[in-house]
Amino acid sequence: MISRRALLLAPLGMATLTGISFWMLLDRMRTGKFDPHAVPNPLIGQRLPDFSLPGQPPSPGFSAADITASGRPALVNFFASWCLPCVAEAPQLMALRRAGIPVWGIAYKDPPEATAAFLARNGYPYTRVARDEPGRVAIDFGVYGVPETYLIDKTGIIRWRWAGALTEDVIEQQLQPLLRQYS
Amino acid sequence: MSRWLLVFLLLAGPAYAVSDPAELLPDRHAELRAEAIGHQLRCLVCQNESIEESEADLARDLRRIIRQRVQAGDTDQQVIDWMVARYGDFVRLRPPFNALTLVLWGSPIIALGVGLTAVVLSRRRRPTPAAPLSPAEQARLSELIDR
Repeated sequence: MISRRALLLAPLGMATLTGISFWMLLDRMRTGKFDPHAVPNPLIGQRLPDFSLPGQPPSPGFSAADITASGRPALVNFFASWCLPCVAEAPQLMALRRAGIPVWGIAYKDPPEATAAFLARNGYPYTRVARDEPGRVAIDFGVYGVPETYLIDKTGIIRWRWAGALTEDVIEQQLQPLLRQYS
Repeated sequence: MSRWLLVFLLLAGPAYAVSDPAELLPDRHAELRAEAIGHQLRCLVCQNESIEESEADLARDLRRIIRQRVQAGDTDQQVIDWMVARYGDFVRLRPPFNALTLVLWGSPIIALGVGLTAVVLSRRRRPTPAAPLSPAEQARLSELIDR
Protein backbone atom coordinates (compact mmCIF):
# COMPACT_ATOMS: atom_id res chain seq x y z
CA MET A 1 0.00 0.00 0.00
CA ILE A 2 2.96 2.30 -0.66
CA SER A 3 1.15 3.95 -3.57
CA ARG A 4 -1.81 4.96 -1.41
CA ARG A 5 0.53 6.56 1.11
CA ALA A 6 2.32 8.34 -1.74
CA LEU A 7 -1.01 9.60 -3.04
CA LEU A 8 -1.84 10.97 0.40
CA LEU A 9 1.58 12.55 0.80
CA ALA A 10 1.62 14.17 -2.65
CA PRO A 11 -0.90 16.93 -1.80
CA LEU A 12 0.93 17.54 1.47
CA GLY A 13 4.20 17.91 -0.45
CA MET A 14 2.58 20.25 -2.95
CA ALA A 15 1.13 22.36 -0.12
CA THR A 16 4.53 22.56 1.58
CA LEU A 17 6.19 23.59 -1.68
CA THR A 18 3.55 26.25 -2.32
CA GLY A 19 3.91 27.49 1.25
CA ILE A 20 7.69 27.81 0.97
CA SER A 21 7.41 29.61 -2.40
CA PHE A 22 4.81 31.98 -1.00
CA TRP A 23 6.90 32.70 2.06
CA MET A 24 9.95 33.44 -0.14
CA LEU A 25 7.83 35.78 -2.26
CA LEU A 26 6.56 37.66 0.79
CA ASP A 27 10.07 37.88 2.17
CA ARG A 28 11.38 39.35 -1.10
CA MET A 29 8.52 41.85 -1.06
CA ARG A 30 9.33 42.79 2.53
CA THR A 31 13.02 43.38 1.81
CA GLY A 32 12.19 45.38 -1.31
CA LYS A 33 13.74 42.90 -3.78
CA PHE A 34 10.39 42.24 -5.43
CA ASP A 35 7.58 44.67 -6.17
CA PRO A 36 4.50 43.01 -7.69
CA HIS A 37 3.24 46.38 -8.92
CA ALA A 38 6.49 47.34 -10.64
CA VAL A 39 6.11 47.95 -14.35
CA PRO A 40 9.26 46.86 -16.18
CA ASN A 41 10.46 49.45 -18.69
CA PRO A 42 11.36 48.08 -22.14
CA LEU A 43 13.25 51.27 -22.98
CA ILE A 44 16.21 50.43 -20.75
CA GLY A 45 19.16 49.97 -23.10
CA GLN A 46 17.40 51.88 -25.89
CA ARG A 47 17.92 55.43 -27.17
CA LEU A 48 15.83 58.01 -25.41
CA PRO A 49 12.72 58.89 -27.43
CA ASP A 50 12.98 61.89 -29.70
CA PHE A 51 11.01 64.85 -28.39
CA SER A 52 10.97 68.61 -28.12
CA LEU A 53 8.97 70.38 -25.42
CA PRO A 54 8.22 74.03 -24.60
CA GLY A 55 9.82 75.51 -21.49
CA GLN A 56 8.39 76.44 -18.12
CA PRO A 57 9.21 80.19 -18.01
CA PRO A 58 11.79 81.49 -17.35
CA SER A 59 13.45 78.20 -18.39
CA PRO A 60 13.70 77.54 -22.13
CA GLY A 61 12.31 74.25 -23.39
CA PHE A 62 14.50 71.35 -24.47
CA SER A 63 14.71 68.40 -26.79
CA ALA A 64 16.28 64.94 -26.64
CA ALA A 65 19.30 66.37 -28.50
CA ASP A 66 19.85 69.00 -25.76
CA ILE A 67 20.14 66.26 -23.15
CA THR A 68 22.80 64.31 -25.04
CA ALA A 69 24.65 67.46 -26.18
CA SER A 70 26.24 67.87 -22.73
CA GLY A 71 28.24 64.66 -23.31
CA ARG A 72 27.75 63.41 -19.75
CA PRO A 73 25.18 61.26 -18.00
CA ALA A 74 22.01 63.14 -17.08
CA LEU A 75 18.73 62.54 -15.31
CA VAL A 76 15.29 63.20 -16.72
CA ASN A 77 12.73 63.74 -13.98
CA PHE A 78 8.97 63.74 -14.60
CA PHE A 79 7.12 65.61 -11.86
CA ALA A 80 3.93 67.52 -11.12
CA SER A 81 2.79 69.99 -8.50
CA TRP A 82 -0.17 67.71 -7.62
CA CYS A 83 2.14 64.82 -6.76
CA LEU A 84 3.07 64.26 -3.12
CA PRO A 85 6.06 61.91 -3.68
CA CYS A 86 7.49 64.71 -5.85
CA VAL A 87 7.65 66.90 -2.75
CA ALA A 88 9.28 64.02 -0.86
CA GLU A 89 12.05 63.56 -3.44
CA ALA A 90 12.80 67.29 -3.85
CA PRO A 91 15.69 67.29 -1.29
CA GLN A 92 17.30 64.31 -3.06
CA LEU A 93 17.11 66.08 -6.42
CA MET A 94 18.65 69.21 -4.86
CA ALA A 95 21.51 67.05 -3.51
CA LEU A 96 22.10 65.56 -6.96
CA ARG A 97 22.16 69.05 -8.43
CA ARG A 98 24.74 70.11 -5.83
CA ALA A 99 26.80 67.06 -6.80
CA GLY A 100 26.87 68.47 -10.34
CA ILE A 101 24.55 65.98 -12.04
CA PRO A 102 22.35 67.59 -14.69
CA VAL A 103 18.67 67.02 -13.97
CA TRP A 104 16.24 67.84 -16.76
CA GLY A 105 12.74 68.40 -15.39
CA ILE A 106 9.52 67.68 -17.26
CA ALA A 107 6.31 68.99 -15.67
CA TYR A 108 3.65 66.38 -16.40
CA LYS A 109 0.02 67.46 -16.88
CA ASP A 110 0.45 70.52 -14.75
CA PRO A 111 -0.73 74.10 -15.37
CA PRO A 112 2.23 76.55 -15.62
CA GLU A 113 1.21 78.58 -12.54
CA ALA A 114 0.96 75.42 -10.42
CA THR A 115 4.41 74.28 -11.61
CA ALA A 116 5.87 77.72 -10.83
CA ALA A 117 4.42 77.66 -7.31
CA PHE A 118 5.73 74.11 -6.77
CA LEU A 119 9.25 75.08 -7.86
CA ALA A 120 9.19 78.21 -5.67
CA ARG A 121 8.16 76.13 -2.66
CA ASN A 122 10.32 73.01 -3.08
CA GLY A 123 13.47 74.36 -4.71
CA TYR A 124 14.82 74.35 -8.25
CA PRO A 125 17.10 71.36 -8.86
CA TYR A 126 16.77 71.43 -12.65
CA THR A 127 19.07 72.35 -15.51
CA ARG A 128 15.93 73.24 -17.43
CA VAL A 129 12.22 72.60 -16.96
CA ALA A 130 9.98 71.71 -19.90
CA ARG A 131 6.22 71.31 -19.97
CA ASP A 132 4.37 68.21 -21.08
CA GLU A 133 0.78 69.21 -20.46
CA PRO A 134 -0.79 66.66 -22.84
CA GLY A 135 1.44 63.95 -21.29
CA ARG A 136 2.29 62.58 -24.73
CA VAL A 137 6.10 62.63 -24.39
CA ALA A 138 5.73 60.92 -21.03
CA ILE A 139 3.94 58.03 -22.77
CA ASP A 140 6.87 57.71 -25.20
CA PHE A 141 9.11 57.28 -22.15
CA GLY A 142 6.76 54.64 -20.71
CA VAL A 143 5.83 56.86 -17.77
CA TYR A 144 2.79 55.59 -15.87
CA GLY A 145 2.85 57.94 -12.91
CA VAL A 146 4.88 60.75 -11.37
CA PRO A 147 7.55 61.05 -10.19
CA GLU A 148 9.65 58.97 -12.55
CA THR A 149 13.36 59.45 -13.08
CA TYR A 150 15.45 58.20 -16.02
CA LEU A 151 19.22 57.96 -16.27
CA ILE A 152 20.48 58.80 -19.76
CA ASP A 153 24.14 57.97 -20.47
CA LYS A 154 26.36 60.36 -22.43
CA THR A 155 25.52 58.63 -25.73
CA GLY A 156 21.78 59.04 -25.15
CA ILE A 157 20.95 55.47 -24.07
CA ILE A 158 18.43 55.04 -21.23
CA ARG A 159 20.25 53.06 -18.52
CA TRP A 160 17.89 53.13 -15.56
CA ARG A 161 14.42 54.13 -14.53
CA TRP A 162 13.00 54.71 -11.08
CA ALA A 163 9.22 54.97 -10.64
CA GLY A 164 8.36 56.71 -7.39
CA ALA A 165 10.15 59.12 -5.09
CA LEU A 166 13.95 59.00 -5.12
CA THR A 167 15.19 58.20 -1.64
CA GLU A 168 18.71 58.40 -0.25
CA ASP A 169 18.87 54.58 -0.31
CA VAL A 170 17.84 54.37 -3.96
CA ILE A 171 20.40 56.99 -4.96
CA GLU A 172 23.19 55.37 -2.98
CA GLN A 173 22.49 51.74 -3.85
CA GLN A 174 21.26 52.03 -7.43
CA LEU A 175 21.97 55.39 -9.01
CA GLN A 176 25.49 56.17 -7.74
CA PRO A 177 27.06 52.91 -9.04
CA LEU A 178 25.46 53.51 -12.44
CA LEU A 179 26.63 57.13 -12.50
CA ARG A 180 30.18 55.93 -11.81
CA GLN A 181 29.85 53.26 -14.50
CA TYR A 182 28.57 55.58 -17.23
CA SER A 183 30.47 58.80 -16.53
CA MET B 1 -43.33 43.84 -15.51
CA SER B 2 -40.49 41.44 -14.88
CA ARG B 3 -40.50 40.57 -18.57
CA TRP B 4 -39.87 44.23 -19.42
CA LEU B 5 -37.14 44.37 -16.82
CA LEU B 6 -35.47 41.43 -18.50
CA VAL B 7 -35.73 43.13 -21.89
CA PHE B 8 -34.10 46.27 -20.50
CA LEU B 9 -31.39 44.28 -18.79
CA LEU B 10 -30.63 42.52 -22.07
CA LEU B 11 -30.57 45.82 -23.92
CA ALA B 12 -28.15 47.40 -21.46
CA GLY B 13 -24.63 46.85 -22.73
CA PRO B 14 -21.63 46.36 -20.45
CA ALA B 15 -20.59 49.55 -18.69
CA TYR B 16 -17.37 51.00 -20.06
CA ALA B 17 -15.33 53.81 -18.58
CA VAL B 18 -15.71 55.80 -21.77
CA SER B 19 -17.64 58.52 -20.01
CA ASP B 20 -17.24 61.11 -22.71
CA PRO B 21 -19.13 60.28 -25.92
CA ALA B 22 -16.66 62.51 -27.76
CA GLU B 23 -14.07 59.81 -27.16
CA LEU B 24 -15.96 57.37 -29.40
CA LEU B 25 -15.04 57.07 -33.05
CA PRO B 26 -17.84 58.05 -35.41
CA ASP B 27 -17.24 54.91 -37.47
CA ARG B 28 -18.92 52.08 -35.54
CA HIS B 29 -16.67 49.39 -37.01
CA ALA B 30 -13.47 51.29 -36.16
CA GLU B 31 -14.81 52.01 -32.65
CA LEU B 32 -15.47 48.29 -32.05
CA ARG B 33 -11.94 47.49 -33.22
CA ALA B 34 -10.49 50.14 -30.89
CA GLU B 35 -12.53 48.73 -27.99
CA ALA B 36 -11.34 45.20 -28.74
CA ILE B 37 -7.71 46.40 -28.69
CA GLY B 38 -8.26 48.40 -25.50
CA HIS B 39 -9.66 45.34 -23.77
CA GLN B 40 -6.38 43.49 -24.38
CA LEU B 41 -4.26 46.21 -22.78
CA ARG B 42 -3.63 46.69 -19.10
CA CYS B 43 -4.20 50.01 -17.39
CA LEU B 44 -0.75 50.70 -15.90
CA VAL B 45 -2.22 52.72 -13.05
CA CYS B 46 -4.87 50.32 -11.73
CA GLN B 47 -3.20 47.21 -13.23
CA ASN B 48 -6.12 44.78 -12.96
CA GLU B 49 -8.36 46.73 -15.29
CA SER B 50 -8.08 47.08 -19.01
CA ILE B 51 -7.51 50.48 -20.61
CA GLU B 52 -11.07 50.32 -21.88
CA GLU B 53 -12.53 49.95 -18.38
CA SER B 54 -10.34 52.35 -16.43
CA GLU B 55 -11.15 55.94 -15.46
CA ALA B 56 -7.46 56.75 -14.88
CA ASP B 57 -6.07 59.74 -16.78
CA LEU B 58 -3.37 57.67 -18.43
CA ALA B 59 -5.92 55.08 -19.57
CA ARG B 60 -7.96 57.86 -21.17
CA ASP B 61 -4.86 59.14 -22.99
CA LEU B 62 -4.02 55.64 -24.19
CA ARG B 63 -7.63 55.08 -25.35
CA ARG B 64 -7.32 58.26 -27.41
CA ILE B 65 -4.03 57.08 -28.91
CA ILE B 66 -5.55 53.70 -29.83
CA ARG B 67 -8.36 55.48 -31.67
CA GLN B 68 -5.91 57.80 -33.45
CA ARG B 69 -3.87 54.81 -34.57
CA VAL B 70 -6.94 52.85 -35.69
CA GLN B 71 -8.10 55.85 -37.74
CA ALA B 72 -4.61 56.25 -39.19
CA GLY B 73 -4.97 52.71 -40.55
CA ASP B 74 -2.80 50.69 -38.16
CA THR B 75 -3.55 46.99 -37.79
CA ASP B 76 -4.51 45.64 -34.34
CA GLN B 77 -1.04 44.13 -34.03
CA GLN B 78 0.66 47.43 -34.89
CA VAL B 79 -1.31 49.24 -32.19
CA ILE B 80 -0.44 46.59 -29.60
CA ASP B 81 3.22 46.63 -30.66
CA TRP B 82 3.22 50.43 -30.21
CA MET B 83 2.06 49.98 -26.62
CA VAL B 84 4.46 47.10 -25.92
CA ALA B 85 7.38 49.23 -27.18
CA ARG B 86 6.64 51.73 -24.39
CA TYR B 87 5.24 49.65 -21.57
CA GLY B 88 6.61 46.17 -22.28
CA ASP B 89 4.76 42.85 -22.38
CA PHE B 90 3.28 43.83 -19.00
CA VAL B 91 0.79 46.04 -20.83
CA ARG B 92 -0.73 42.99 -22.50
CA LEU B 93 -3.44 41.35 -20.41
CA ARG B 94 -2.84 38.15 -22.40
CA PRO B 95 0.87 37.44 -21.93
CA PRO B 96 2.77 36.30 -25.03
CA PHE B 97 4.32 32.83 -25.20
CA ASN B 98 8.04 33.15 -24.49
CA ALA B 99 10.75 31.72 -22.24
CA LEU B 100 9.47 33.72 -19.28
CA THR B 101 5.85 32.58 -19.62
CA LEU B 102 6.64 28.99 -20.61
CA VAL B 103 5.52 27.56 -17.27
CA LEU B 104 2.41 29.75 -17.27
CA TRP B 105 1.20 28.59 -20.67
CA GLY B 106 2.51 25.08 -20.13
CA SER B 107 0.76 24.61 -16.78
CA PRO B 108 -2.37 22.88 -18.23
CA ILE B 109 -0.16 20.37 -20.04
CA ILE B 110 2.01 19.91 -16.96
CA ALA B 111 -1.10 19.37 -14.79
CA LEU B 112 -2.47 16.86 -17.32
CA GLY B 113 0.87 15.06 -17.36
CA VAL B 114 0.97 14.84 -13.56
CA GLY B 115 -2.60 13.53 -13.49
CA LEU B 116 -1.98 10.93 -16.19
CA THR B 117 1.20 9.75 -14.46
CA ALA B 118 -0.72 9.38 -11.18
CA VAL B 119 -3.47 7.37 -12.90
CA VAL B 120 -1.00 5.11 -14.71
CA LEU B 121 1.02 4.51 -11.54
CA SER B 122 -2.03 3.72 -9.41
CA ARG B 123 -3.34 1.31 -12.09
CA ARG B 124 -0.03 -0.47 -12.38
CA ARG B 125 0.18 -1.02 -8.65
CA ARG B 126 -3.36 -2.37 -8.29
CA PRO B 127 -3.08 -6.02 -7.13
CA THR B 128 -3.61 -8.48 -9.98
CA PRO B 129 -6.98 -10.24 -9.79
CA ALA B 130 -6.80 -13.71 -8.24
CA ALA B 131 -6.34 -16.61 -10.66
CA PRO B 132 -9.54 -18.50 -11.51
CA LEU B 133 -10.26 -21.56 -9.41
CA SER B 134 -8.85 -24.87 -10.54
CA PRO B 135 -11.37 -27.72 -11.20
CA ALA B 136 -10.37 -29.29 -7.84
CA GLU B 137 -11.02 -26.04 -5.99
CA GLN B 138 -14.29 -25.57 -7.88
CA ALA B 139 -15.43 -29.03 -6.79
CA ARG B 140 -14.44 -28.33 -3.20
CA LEU B 141 -16.33 -25.01 -3.26
CA SER B 142 -19.55 -26.64 -4.61
CA GLU B 143 -19.22 -29.29 -1.98
CA LEU B 144 -18.96 -26.66 0.77
CA ILE B 145 -21.91 -24.65 -0.56
CA ASP B 146 -24.12 -27.73 -1.00
CA ARG B 147 -23.44 -29.01 2.43
